Amino acid sequence: MFNAAYIPRDEQPAMPEELLASFAVRRLGILDEQGNVDEALMPSLSGTEIMRIYEAMLLARTFDERALALQREGRLGTYPPFLGQEASQVGSALALTPADWLFPSYREMGVHLTLGYPASQLFQYWAGDERGQLTPDRFNIFPFCVSVGTHILHAVGAAMAARYRQDPVVAVAWFGDGATSKGDFHEGFNMAGVFRLPVVFICQNNQWAISIPLKGQTATATLAQKAIAYGFDGVQVDGNDVFAVHRATVEAIAKARSGGGPTFIECLTYRMGDHTTADDASRYRSPDEVAAWRERDPILRLERYMAQQGLWDEGYGKEAKTRMTATIDEAVRAMEALPPPVAAEMFEHTCATLNPRQAGQLKEL
Amino acid sequence: MAQLNMVQAINLALRQEMERDGRIVILGEDVGRDGGVFRVTEGLQECFGAERVIDTPLSESALVGMAIGMAAYGLRPVAEIQFMGFIYAAFDQLFTHAARLRSRSRGRFTCPLLVRTPYGAGIKAPELHEESSEAFFCHMPGIKVVVPSGPYTAKGLLLSALRDPDPVLFLEPTRLYRLIREEVPEDDYTIPLGQARLACQGKDVTVIAWGSMLERVMKAIGPRGAEVIDLLTLNPCDMETILASVRRTGRAVIVHEAVKSGGFGAEIAATIAGEAILYLRAPVLRVTAPDVTMPLSRLQDSYLPTVEQISRAIDDVMRY
Ligand SMILES: Cc1ncc(C[n+]2csc(CCOP(=O)(O)OP(=O)(O)O)c2C)c(N)n1
Ligand SMILES: [Mg+2]
Repeated sequence: MFNAAYIPRDEQPAMPEELLASFAVRRLGILDEQGNVDEALMPSLSGTEIMRIYEAMLLARTFDERALALQREGRLGTYPPFLGQEASQVGSALALTPADWLFPSYREMGVHLTLGYPASQLFQYWAGDERGQLTPDRFNIFPFCVSVGTHILHAVGAAMAARYRQDPVVAVAWFGDGATSKGDFHEGFNMAGVFRLPVVFICQNNQWAISIPLKGQTATATLAQKAIAYGFDGVQVDGNDVFAVHRATVEAIAKARSGGGPTFIECLTYRMGDHTTADDASRYRSPDEVAAWRERDPILRLERYMAQQGLWDEGYGKEAKTRMTATIDEAVRAMEALPPPVAAEMFEHTCATLNPRQAGQLKEL
Repeated sequence: MAQLNMVQAINLALRQEMERDGRIVILGEDVGRDGGVFRVTEGLQECFGAERVIDTPLSESALVGMAIGMAAYGLRPVAEIQFMGFIYAAFDQLFTHAARLRSRSRGRFTCPLLVRTPYGAGIKAPELHEESSEAFFCHMPGIKVVVPSGPYTAKGLLLSALRDPDPVLFLEPTRLYRLIREEVPEDDYTIPLGQARLACQGKDVTVIAWGSMLERVMKAIGPRGAEVIDLLTLNPCDMETILASVRRTGRAVIVHEAVKSGGFGAEIAATIAGEAILYLRAPVLRVTAPDVTMPLSRLQDSYLPTVEQISRAIDDVMRY
């Protein structure tokens, strides 16, 4: 019987080989470290809109600084700072409408603040009071997801439901570089691709997952390219460039809303602080690396651009900071004026009603 | 009234409730065109369309995770896990999210989702297709765990589960799928979750069982004065019915298919010890599988509780 294994090598016909597909990965950057923009890519934003973006980033940073200080004073519990990631958070949040459904990880307080989620509730949550997660009715923001990457699936499900209902709603999930190694990242991306769902995935690639650097997380050159394997677009953006993040998100949302399916946006940024207040990043990364990223600060470069445009000077910067500080002062006051939670509240929302055993346990409190 | 088996009863309940409630969407592997590997969802995709009866990729964590997002959004997803042996990839989603979304969001988001899955032994299937791991899921406040014992209870419980405001895990004993035919009303009737059923009354011994073990218990009791409790819902467990019965009979035997250590029988025995010990005349006995990895079908008769073992346990407690 004919058996290819018995044909001497040099007598075998050459196997035809064809290129089935090839792929490219795009990177988007608009605003550089010196504050210069690529005019061709710059979104059309008025001076007022740019000031609004700047103030949202300033509010986020002011919140973050205060949260760290409060934690050091024992007034908050463990807290994950997002210093350096303001552009990724604010730039993406500003692309959304209140009808959209948002699925944050635990480090997206800049998203919440930009949309107007009460800062007092964010402090309340990090002070260990679950009532901080009671999202006001005007938003569809899921609770912070502490179990890394597991919320990606909820966004996919919400997108499926929105499509079933024919609502013009987009679901957005934010997660870190570490989350891209999880099975739920794969399962969620795969489902989103198969069903072409209206969902946008935003990875804040801050290059660290606690002490594990990006190369310890993946063998791929970018995270954005992972989307290709699921049949939809992935793009890397300069995550410290608020205009690039904003533009990429606006495009992805518009595409999702018009039936074009999912997009994966990798925001390449850097976690300037420790992983949390319980971490000491100096154990695993060099001060030089951190210093290099300080030069790429997202707020600094926006200020440089705005100064060129006559939208920023030191006086305005100081005045804006004072306003943000006052807002945060007020939020801290409001948080600390709240009555403490009472033990019976533990029982309130396990299920819609207490079962007889729970009712008995409540009585025994 | 029609004589239906459990597959037909569940199919009927799904069909009727989908007609009544446009929020119900079924998703799972092979649930659409193929009607499910046990044919439980047969004909539903033809009737309700591929947007409501969705064939998905092989992706258990996503099935439950997506159902959570869908439920929070306002639908009533029914996710089918093809066999309970493959639910563990979705365990994280059940424990980390489905069971606690209401609590974590302080009531802002809820999770009225139903996870249906065939479970238990008796169909000569490959490895991991026959285990009973219900106890894992009874350790999750926030999730209801329901096990019907026949076609009638299956329909009534499923309709309750589909209307429950919180997540429900609905475990369908595969051995019963086609074993029993019963009168199942066409009408809308529900069996409340969290309430056990007295399968028969007696004054000498209380036998507690659920799912496929109930049928063996009924064979084992004979003419002895046994009161048989069909639990129907494991979480929340109707301890009040159990305690009231044990206080009358003074004896209890608990029967389950799952392995003994850490099984749900232990929870029942501990509750009886804690709240009815002064009424007991005999030790509380458990008839269960031994603490070993479940064997393939050739050894299952030695593994599963038998009618004889149940009968012997009843004799044992009756001696006191
Ligand atoms: C599933 C899971 N595994 C481990 C942890 C512990 N943990 C918390 S954050 C973290 C690193 C996450 O890194 P990344 O996804 O990059 O997000 P980042 O913290 O950098 O924002 C780890 C390991 C967790 N919360 N969840
Ligand atoms: Mg990271």
